[in-house]
Amino acid sequence: MSSIDLSVHLCNIRLSNPTILASGILGTTRALLKRVAESGAGAVTTKSISNEPREGHKNPTVITFDGGMLNAVGYSNPGVDAAAREFSNLQVINVPVIASVIGTQKEDFARVVDGLSDTNFSAIEIPLSCPHTPGFGLLAGQGTPEATFAITSEIRKITKLPIFVKLSPNIPEICTVAKAAEDAGADAITAVNSMGPGMIINIEAQKPILHFKVGGVTGDALRPIAIRCVYDLYKAVNIPIIGVGGVSTGRHSIEMMMAGASAVGIGTGVYYRGIDVFKKVCEEMVQWMEENNFDNINSIIGIAHD
Amino acid sequence: MIEQPRIVKICDILEESANVRTLFFKRILDFMPGQFVMVWIPLLDEKPFTISYMQKDIAGISVLKRGIFTQALHAKKIGDSIGIRGPYGKGFHTQTKLNACVVGGGIGMASLATLVDALSDITIIQGARTSSEIIYKTRFPEMKLCTDDGSFGFKGTTVDFLRELLNTRTFHKVYTCGPEKMMYQVVELCKNRGIDCEASLDRYMKCGFGVCGQCDCSGQRVCIEGPVFTATELSRMEDFGRIHILKTGERITI
Ligand SMILES: Cc1cc2nc3c(=O)[nH]c(=O)nc-3n(C[C@H](O)[C@H](O)[C@H](O)COP(=O)(O)OP(=O)(O)OC[C@H]3O[C@@H](n4cnc5c(N)ncnc54)[C@H](O)[C@@H]3O)c2cc1C
Ligand SMILES: Cc1cc2nc3c(=O)[nH]c(=O)nc-3n(C[C@H](O)[C@H](O)[C@H](O)COP(=O)(O)O)c2cc1C
Ligand code: FES
Repeated sequence: MSSIDLSVHLCNIRLSNPTILASGILGTTRALLKRVAESGAGAVTTKSISNEPREGHKNPTVITFDGGMLNAVGYSNPGVDAAAREFSNLQVINVPVIASVIGTQKEDFARVVDGLSDTNFSAIEIPLSCPHTPGFGLLAGQGTPEATFAITSEIRKITKLPIFVKLSPNIPEICTVAKAAEDAGADAITAVNSMGPGMIINIEAQKPILHFKVGGVTGDALRPIAIRCVYDLYKAVNIPIIGVGGVSTGRHSIEMMMAGASAVGIGTGVYYRGIDVFKKVCEEMVQWMEENNFDNINSIIGIAHD
Repeated sequence: MIEQPRIVKICDILEESANVRTLFFKRILDFMPGQFVMVWIPLLDEKPFTISYMQKDIAGISVLKRGIFTQALHAKKIGDSIGIRGPYGKGFHTQTKLNACVVGGGIGMASLATLVDALSDITIIQGARTSSEIIYKTRFPEMKLCTDDGSFGFKGTTVDFLRELLNTRTFHKVYTCGPEKMMYQVVELCKNRGIDCEASLDRYMKCGFGVCGQCDCSGQRVCIEGPVFTATELSRMEDFGRIHILKTGERITI
């Protein structure tokens, strides 16, 4: 590759490039996180971890459509004790690893963070924004400024690791929620989680396809909304933003950074372009920067603002 | 590739054994031996199955009755519908002219059936617990049969049978699908005898197309890089023969 350096800093964590594996895509095991890291991601995020083991929703849990993907996996995960074993020895992964932590109440989040305290995670991400899992996220009222403040403060008390608060694109007052997170001590905002929920009906079966009937919309259909959220958040908060939603090419990634993102999450892009989507996106970013005379990736962050 | 389940009507049903039956439906997709499809019963669940019959207009899945979903498939009648999407995964590598052997254990034989159809110089070994569980007896009359209880054919495992057979002859390649402990031993045996081998793995699956991470086996997605793996690939996969991952993501020793 050329002399262009894609490295960025996110809350004092150095990323060799701005692409991050989004939570819930392939992050179930250490072996898969390692593989994604070796496929070019600048950082990787685990599948969300709860206090108790969860089987999640029944299948179908994930389906595609021409505009992206619809999923209602339902936060399946082995619970924090098994997760702490699975994600021990993270040194074998040569990029920062972010733990995604979920809970039903603020004490529940704290228990999970505590249960992971002997591991080597670089940051904690808390999605307060899942649109399709009863007891969690939007369905538990965690997307309000008050709940966001309360949960973030609780976690702030027990960890020194950077906290990323992951928000929903559904909420018109996303900036107010982000400010509540910032006030409570969050170190970054992850924007956004899946949108909706949406529904796809099989007209021959005359039934919704997803077993949970509804699921979060991700991929191409989400991108313009994610870009707008990041653009608005960039003006509203002083902490960095991880832009997530519909990124699968270098151009998308640059667009997200121009809106104000310091790093870029990729989920559905793994489906569109394979596990090495991270490497491809980085190569395309470098190529675009060369063609357009940019030599520092940091100089494009927020450039779309007046 | 069919991305969202497409509804097909069951046009025929064949009893293969005491607990296996094949559901036939209109052929709506192309399929390489070793690949799989996701079968959907609306409002119930969706699970992986291999296509065990592939004819000009008709395809079939052979289903072993186990839990709720496979019981529901067994309850289907001619004229009822199921949803199908796929095909997914990588199939077996085939060289039609060279002599090969397939070793199937239990319902694993279903994954090898279309491979047998595609190969000309083939030795078929099937193992079952007891004679009433043997499948495809009339479909593959030349099949070598082993039962654990000795109620039919060779008394003992397919691995014992293969080991004896390899004392008198050899194969260009061995393909296997069945219980993982059995496949592990077949792969080891072939390695010792210098025979090329491929095995088709079974892991819990959700999406089937490589995003959810449920089907991990040592960093390989069984739904994308598998389900068929070569012996060389398997030798790098520590979990092969040892670890399965439950629906929750928890590891268990097999
Ligand atoms: C690639 C592949 C091809 C398969 N092909 C066939 C086939 O041709 N014929 C056949 O009878 N069976 C096949 N199976 C196994 C079949 O998917 C299970 O038997 C079926 O899902 C059991 O569902 P159940 O509700 O009846 O049983 P349960 O009581 O739910 O489970 C019984 C067993 O099946 C496993 N199982 C359950 N759900 C899944 C799932 N979503 N993914 C993978 N395993 C699961 C469980 O781990 C358990 O070991 C295949 C599996 C895989 C991975
Ligand atoms: C199959 C699937 C599972 C997901 N699971 C989680 C999860 O467990 N926790 C979470 O915070 N986000 C989860 N998400 C949301 C993603 O992390 C991401 O925010 C969203 O997919 C938008 O990005 P994308 O368009 O690049 O996929 C999931 C998304 C998908 C498609
Ligand atoms: S079943 Fe989802 S990644 Fe393989």
